Amino acid sequence: MATLKVPVAPEDHIQGDPNAELTLLEYGDYECPHCGRAYGIVKQVQKQFGRRLRFVFRNFPLAQIHAHAQTAAETAEFAGAHGRFWEMHDLLFENQDRLGLPMLFALTEELGLDPQALRDALTAGEFEPRVRRDFLSSVRSGVNGTPTFFVGEHRHDGPWEFEDLVTALEARRALV
Amino acid sequence: MASILEPGTPAPNFKLPVTPDQRLSLAELKGQPVILAFYPADWSPVCGDQMALYNEILPEFQKYGAKLLGISVDGVWCHAAFAKDRHLHFPLLADFHPKGAVAQSYGAYREDERVSERALFVIDKNGTISWSYCSPIAVNPGADGILEALEELAPRAEASHR
Repeated sequence: MATLKVPVAPEDHIQGDPNAELTLLEYGDYECPHCGRAYGIVKQVQKQFGRRLRFVFRNFPLAQIHAHAQTAAETAEFAGAHGRFWEMHDLLFENQDRLGLPMLFALTEELGLDPQALRDALTAGEFEPRVRRDFLSSVRSGVNGTPTFFVGEHRHDGPWEFEDLVTALEARRALV
Repeated sequence: MASILEPGTPAPNFKLPVTPDQRLSLAELKGQPVILAFYPADWSPVCGDQMALYNEILPEFQKYGAKLLGISVDGVWCHAAFAKDRHLHFPLLADFHPKGAVAQSYGAYREDERVSERALFVIDKNGTISWSYCSPIAVNPGADGILEALEELAPRAEASHR
């Protein structure tokens, strides 16, 4: 069974109580329609578990098939450097069918960040290593497509509807 | 599930079309590790399909000097259209005629469905299978096993360079 090779660390993007008993981790691509659908499901799961769950998001842009996936991931990291990662993460998924540069700049502005600074960061590839680091960690952990979820350290295989994730997390909870 | 060839077995040679007018043989690739990835069919309807995933990971395979070959029973024109659509940067071999013959020689053919298994082989530079894995047909096996197998080969490869 595939397991998470790079444990959750403080530099990860963690939503919820960092010390929560349960962890749901997603390797995702902002332009992947399946991840777009998973976005809503994860929100429901978070609501279901409340403070007992922390959600971690790592980048897995399938840049060869999704033209905007890499820049979108870097944009989220740019926002993260200004403490606005999760807001950008949500906005990207909510606008995932038109993630060209104009949209990325517009979303940056919406969060009160400087689009010119984003442009500079993208040009310089400032957040490229960060995205690459997530990507490489995923490969080692047996990530096999997007989205890939880990419940605790274990890769969640099979369907990931709301009920499936809840069941997997409950089963995990019985163990801890 | 078919019983695939195990590590230590010499990899059966083959010569298959990679484009409408080119053929590639395993023997030509001696001297470098080869990753042979059998998969059931082009055009599986998901984003993160196995070949798309390997395409993204290609630079990591290349760090080990390894050559990745995808192989299915689809014909060359089908492969060409698929590779173009998914921007694949590695060859797809057409195990098309006689259908699945190479898959059979690796023990990776599904007689019932007449497609190959999702079977992975890492072949060392001398043409011996050093690692193999057969995934349940519906489960994309990822790349962690391949990378670990290449890593195991790497020290020896480095030593031979010195």
